Amino acid sequence: MDWGFINRYTPMYVEAAGLTLRIAAAGIALSFVIGALCCLARYFRVPVLRQITGAYIQLARNTPLLVQLFFLYFGLPKIGVRLSSEGCAVMGLAFLGGAYMAEAFRSGLDAVEKTQVEAGECLGLTNAQNIRYVLFPQALATSIPAICANVIFLIKETSVFSAVALADLMYVAKDLIGMYYKTDEALLMLVIAYLTILLPISALGSWLERRLRYAGFGYQRSV
Amino acid sequence: MQGLGISVLFKGNNFLRLLGGLGVTLELSLVSIVLSIIFGMAFGLLMTLKNPVIRGFCRIYLETVRIVPQMVLLFLCYFGLAKAFNLQISGEAAAVAVFTFWGAGEMGDLVRGALTSIPRHQLESSAALGLTKKQTYRYVLIPQTLRRLIPQSINLATRMVKTTSLVMLIGIVEVLKVGQQIIEAARYDVPTAAIWIYGVVFALYFFICWPISLLASRLERKWQ
Repeated sequence: MDWGFINRYTPMYVEAAGLTLRIAAAGIALSFVIGALCCLARYFRVPVLRQITGAYIQLARNTPLLVQLFFLYFGLPKIGVRLSSEGCAVMGLAFLGGAYMAEAFRSGLDAVEKTQVEAGECLGLTNAQNIRYVLFPQALATSIPAICANVIFLIKETSVFSAVALADLMYVAKDLIGMYYKTDEALLMLVIAYLTILLPISALGSWLERRLRYAGFGYQRSV
Repeated sequence: MQGLGISVLFKGNNFLRLLGGLGVTLELSLVSIVLSIIFGMAFGLLMTLKNPVIRGFCRIYLETVRIVPQMVLLFLCYFGLAKAFNLQISGEAAAVAVFTFWGAGEMGDLVRGALTSIPRHQLESSAALGLTKKQTYRYVLIPQTLRRLIPQSINLATRMVKTTSLVMLIGIVEVLKVGQQIIEAARYDVPTAAIWIYGVVFALYFFICWPISLLASRLERKWQ
């Protein structure tokens, strides 16, 4: 192990990690918005939007991100739509993530019993109050594990962005292997970089899950 | 006007080559899925044990698989092993090893989830009905476990098919790489080939994964 080499190239990794995180943050934020919109369209059965979002969700969930990226980055310029690597990466991530988030939100809403909403109506809550105090907190509690899993999944997916010439962590590692043949060091730093990003997020996720488990009725002891 | 970009798909044996690439993709996924199911079952059973040492190891393994991106695992296996142990393995072997390592972890967690999700009273009721241990497993526990497990493992299978698209980055010639080659070859004749070829690859993946995930959600609804 060449520690001097590791020392020298750590700043490169830090910079790449920053880029990975920025792209991931933008993509995930967008996917939350897309997911929420799609989920609402489907939950409230808005006529045409419902079919469109349904098709979108199937399309995004059943194709790999790498293929989506290639289409955006190499395909679209041929019909005059030129996107930067960063733009492609954010769009690809949001396209993929939106569908996953929509499903996560939907599973949360579906898990809230109809009687809960009806009981809210009986108590004289307005529609807005019913959503704010009855539907939303319970749905959130159920979908938090899925949301956290999606966030981690999306950050992991950013590792394919090097394929569209974005200087992320994978790209830096590949570069160092190619230039100096320092495979061990480059890969070690790569793993450490991903662990530093993902371990705290994973820990935060399980903490959130425990904190928000207030809506769990009917837990049964199992075998 | 240099002709429609889609024409490149039917030039020579381009379409057949693309399908051949798809065959490589499917073969890799199928081998990894089968291996993952076998190892995943064993790992899932292991995770239900109470032994703290075994539990600890299982947790570490599962977290590793969950947290390290598959891309990184591929690089570790393909480039890292070669350098560290002077072990030259083919891209295909590395891919199968990595996807099995990953799939077995995920599958194991599904198996564990399905096993522990069966309410205790099911076991107690079977005892009250006078079923033997064998009968309890045969008629009560295993059918219920499978009902929970099968839809989820089908979903995992589609995820594995999708993830195999990464292997082009360690030099395996699969459907995406073949597509790239076709585009490169047609660079001057059909400059718009990229959008058509990548569109076709996109559609191919979709029409493979979509029916499988439809099946999964249908089974899930039916067995709820």
